[in-house]
Formats: sequence, C-alpha cells, structure tokens
Amino acid sequence: MFTRRQALLGAAAASVLAPTLTKMAVAAPTHATEAEIAGLPREKVTLVAPPHVHAHEQVAKGGPKVVEFTMPIEEKPVVIDDEGTVLQGMTFDGSIPGPMMVVHEGDYVELTLINPDTNTMPHNIDFHAATGALGGGALTLINPGEEVTLRFKATRTGTFVYHCAPEGPMIPWHVVSGMHGTIMILPRDGLKNDKGEALRYDRIYYVGENDFYVPRDADGNFKTYESHGDSYADTLEVMKGLVPTHVVFNGAKGALTGENALKAKVGEAVLIVHSQANRDTRPHLIGGHGDYVWEQGKFANPPAKDLETWFIRGGSAGSALYTFLQPGIYAYVNHNLIEAVELGATAHFVVEGEWNDDLMKQIIAPRPIAVN
Amino acid sequence: MTVNLSKLAGGAAALLVVLAMWTGAGRERAPPLAPAATILVASTLVDYPQPGEYLSGGNPVSPPVEKLEVPEFLIMKHQVGLIEYGRCVAAGACNTPDVYGIADNVPVTGVNWNDAEAYARWYSQATGTAWRLPTALEAMVAAAERFTGEVFSAVAGDPGNPAVRWLRLYREEAAFKRPVDPRPRPHGSFGPNSLGVEDFAGNVWEWTSTCYKRVTVEAATGDTLESVENCGVRVLEGKHRAYMSSFVRDGKSGGCAVGTPPENLGFRLVRSDGATVVPAARRTFRRVVAFLGLASA
Repeated sequence: MFTRRQALLGAAAASVLAPTLTKMAVAAPTHATEAEIAGLPREKVTLVAPPHVHAHEQVAKGGPKVVEFTMPIEEKPVVIDDEGTVLQGMTFDGSIPGPMMVVHEGDYVELTLINPDTNTMPHNIDFHAATGALGGGALTLINPGEEVTLRFKATRTGTFVYHCAPEGPMIPWHVVSGMHGTIMILPRDGLKNDKGEALRYDRIYYVGENDFYVPRDADGNFKTYESHGDSYADTLEVMKGLVPTHVVFNGAKGALTGENALKAKVGEAVLIVHSQANRDTRPHLIGGHGDYVWEQGKFANPPAKDLETWFIRGGSAGSALYTFLQPGIYAYVNHNLIEAVELGATAHFVVEGEWNDDLMKQIIAPRPIAVN
Repeated sequence: MTVNLSKLAGGAAALLVVLAMWTGAGRERAPPLAPAATILVASTLVDYPQPGEYLSGGNPVSPPVEKLEVPEFLIMKHQVGLIEYGRCVAAGACNTPDVYGIADNVPVTGVNWNDAEAYARWYSQATGTAWRLPTALEAMVAAAERFTGEVFSAVAGDPGNPAVRWLRLYREEAAFKRPVDPRPRPHGSFGPNSLGVEDFAGNVWEWTSTCYKRVTVEAATGDTLESVENCGVRVLEGKHRAYMSSFVRDGKSGGCAVGTPPENLGFRLVRSDGATVVPAARRTFRRVVAFLGLASA
C-alpha cells in the first residue's frame, strides 16, 4: 500500500515499490502477433439501425475472433421534431445515433470507415473502448473520397461510446450534429449479477440520446440552413450557451413513440442500453425499475440493483436490465422532466400481458368525495 | 311573415320614434363596433355524445349519446380574427395572444379559455349586443357534417386488465397521427360547411363553455349516479373533441400522448340573448317591422 511519503518520492520510490506495483496492477496485456491474429476466425457483421441491435450471442461460442464492421459516414439534413425543424446532421451509417456494435472481450474489432465524396468534411472515429491514438481518432481521419481500416482489441467489458472527433472545435460540433454511437463488449460468458449468477436478456434496445443546439431567428423560430458550413457559426453560439434546444432519443422528438414505440411482453427481460456522448442524463422507466443497472456501463463492476432512476454521465453508455411485471404503456425518460416533455427526451414501451392485481389494484374508482 | 295592414297606420308614429333614436340619442359616444357576420343555425334535433368521462362499476364506458333539441341560434361565420382580437388588446381588455406578428386576416390563436371569455365580455360591450362562447352542443350543431367528437374509444375492454384499454387507446392515437399544419390560415381557407359556417375543423380547435365532467352511471339503465364537474378543464371542438385546462394556450399541452395534438387554439362566439336576427339587407326592415309589432318574425 502506498503511503503519502512513498508517493511523493517519485522514481526512487517507484523502483523500490516495483514488486508491490506489479501485484496491484492490472494483469499485463498479452501481445498477440500478427500471425496469431491472422489465424483467428473472422466474422462479418451487418449493422442494423437503432434502437435495434444486430444479432449476437450473449455467451461467446468458441474463442476470440476478428469481427469486421463497415460504416459509411453520411452528412444529411434530418428532421428532429414535429414542427419540421431541420438539422444539418452528420451520421455514422445514416442514423442518429450511429448503430450499436456487439463483440466479446478478447475479440478484435476491425472497422472500415468510409467517407464518400458526397460529404464535405473530414471525419474520424474515437472508440472509448479502444486504447491509444485518441481512441483511434488519430489513425482514422479521412477526407471525402477516402476510407480507412482500424483494428483494436476489445480488452474491457461494458458499453462504450464512439464518436467523431476531427480536431478542436469540430469535435463538439460533429458530436452534437449526431455523430456518435455505442459498442458493447460482453464478457465471454455473458452478464452476471453481484453473486456471479448468470443474467440473460430476451430483448435488447439501444437508446442513443442527443442534445441539439438549433439557432433561432428574430421571431423565435428555428432556422434552417442550406449546408453544414452555413449553420456552423450560429450553431456554435448556441452551443456555447450550454442550453440545448432539443434533447431527443434516436435522433428526433417522438422517434421512439407511437408506431415506433419499443415493444415487450410481461415476463421478458429487456436490456436497455443508454448512450449520451456529450451531456449527463438520468434515465427512468415510468412504471418500472432497473432490476440490474450498470450505471457507469462497465461489466467488471457488479450491477446496482432495484434503481428507480440511474445516472448516465455525458460521454458514456450504461445499461439497465428489467423484467416487465405489468402490461401497459411505460414512458422511458430522461428524468429532467422539462427535457423529457418539452425538449423530447421520451420513449414509450408498449407491453402486452396479464395484469397483476397483487402488485397494484384500483380499489375504488374516482368518485365524489364522501360526505358523512 | 305576413304584414298586418290594419296596424300599419298606428305603427307610423312608432317608426318616427325609432328613427329619432337612431339619429339622435345614440350619438353621445363613438358608434358601437359593427357585429361580426353571423350564420343563423336553424333549430335542430341531434344525437349528442356527452363530453367527459363515464364510469360504470368502476370501469370506463362509452359516454351516452342523447337526442337533444337545440333551438335556433346565431353563430359567427368566422373564427374571431387576429385584427378583431387586436382591438380588444388595444383597449386593454385582452391579453396579447401567444401567436402574433403573422398575416392579418387569420383567426386569433394562442389564446386560452380565459382570453376567449375576456374577449366575449369586451365584444359585447363594444357592439352593444350580447355574445358568449358556444356550448359544446352548439358547436356540434354549427359544425354540421364536420363534427367528429371523440375519436378515441373510452371503453374498458377487460375489467380485470386496465392495460388492455391503455394499449388500445395508445394504438388508436398513434394511428391518428397526421401531418402537422401549424400556421394559421386566412379566414375561409378551410371552406364553409353545409350551413355556411367557415373553417370549422381546420387547424384551429375552438373553445366552448362546456366543462369536463366525470360521471358514474348505473350499469343496467345508464342513469347518472354521481357526477363531478371540473370547470378548470373545458371542451374544445375541431378535427376531434379535445379537453384542455382553461389556462392553456398551446394545443400541444393537451390531447393525445402520441397522436397529433391540436395545432392551434382559437374560438368563435354565439349571440347570448336569444336574438336570431337574420344577417344581410333584410335585417333592418325585419327589425323595424318586429319592433312595431306588425308581424310575427
């Protein structure tokens, strides 16, 4: 154990403490050779649009593999609310948020990132799950007309943000224009609770939350711009005020409601992954709970239990596992209720099944107050 | 109408009195505002779906539909306009509406029930004639073929499982989603109905005076057992019936969880003194003749 004096002694102390350090440190990472990696099985995954996630095994079959993904980048205008407000969006794979990838600890992620020449700006990708080179950002900067392939080793389990991070002021602007997503790295033997018992999900939904900063004109109406470049200066001013005009799930107000509400059945265990690349949020399932919640998102930590509301810090992705016990409509919200109702941070679950009177029952329906 | 000639001579003197009134005594203050164009809605028998929420044995049921006779009444041909409402604001008797600064010849929107009531009071005083908000029943009658009423069925479905109703209502509302059309349009843009009433069920929902109520009915007979009225919530009619807190000016605050809520809140008025004066050129003559007791109207 370090004493303060030892910590202050610097290098000399460090060499003395080397044996202690080795015992405390994370197990030294293995260095596989290119030949060894080349010998691994390969799997090509086709990504699906959020809130859904591509098919995957919860418990890994066989050993580590190289998982290949391809993502084209698409700059495009998107409608973000029910008033027709247009955002000049920047997207991974055409969606806000970008799609979710799933691999297992020990796998290699091999991403081919494409910047078609229909785009106007350079882009890259920073994987919070990766190690080195600004998360991969320093090795993936591509101009329109270019593509690049990056491989990183999935060494830590959990849900992690990825986002575009080109340079300087471009970083926040690209992120709040929609350019972020999530990767989940599962333990090879699947999720476990605090007792080490297996946890499995019947469904998984991926909720990517975005804060948008849309400029308004003199009358207070949201402005529409012809291009990203045109929108940049005004948008930057709104961004610096730190108050978003929209806080939405899946890229637009109401995107996960109505016909696009999330579905489940009583008795099903649902894993809800919540990702916010820029700003804190506090998800809450109205009418339900988080049976097991990885708030910080990392599966090496045992999940918290029975939460009413959990905290997803900006720049991270967490997940919550819940088995539905009652049928009906649930709202899944960012529980700053102003952001939920006024700014758009609401999704709905539509759950079928039998009602459980034991859990809740209306004993007497509303009626005039009894006068005795 | 038949004219009784034998009374004509006696009426001549009375006519001179009427003319004196019009040319003399009325000139002390500014001439009263000319009342808006109106449509005379004839006496009608309708099947009126009662507004509010109905319970039977603790479960939601469909509201009863009652056959009601509605005597004739005068209703404004157009929704109250931004210009007219602006005069009330200028007179200090009305609050500024929430939607302002757009084209002039549009209905006033961004107004709550209190605003509509304030306007009715001021307008009555300014025109020297009595006006009020219509009841939901009058709105239905005036809407004629454009009346929709409730679009979402209230019925329980399964008394043991309240979720059945919630899920069904949710799906109905989601299916009701329609393209949003928020900008108020000039009077007449949505056209007249079969009665000549303009713009009903366009993109403006109209306040009525009718309060929300919750009624418990007897299962077998449908008789009302208990009823609690909440006049903090009023009925609006438009593309469909809506209920909103009286202080709300923005349609998004009320209505559907997922369907498309009312785009704009506005209103029109009815004559509240039972007057059924026919508009246009015959008005003056009929008024004089009726005053003189020369004919039955």
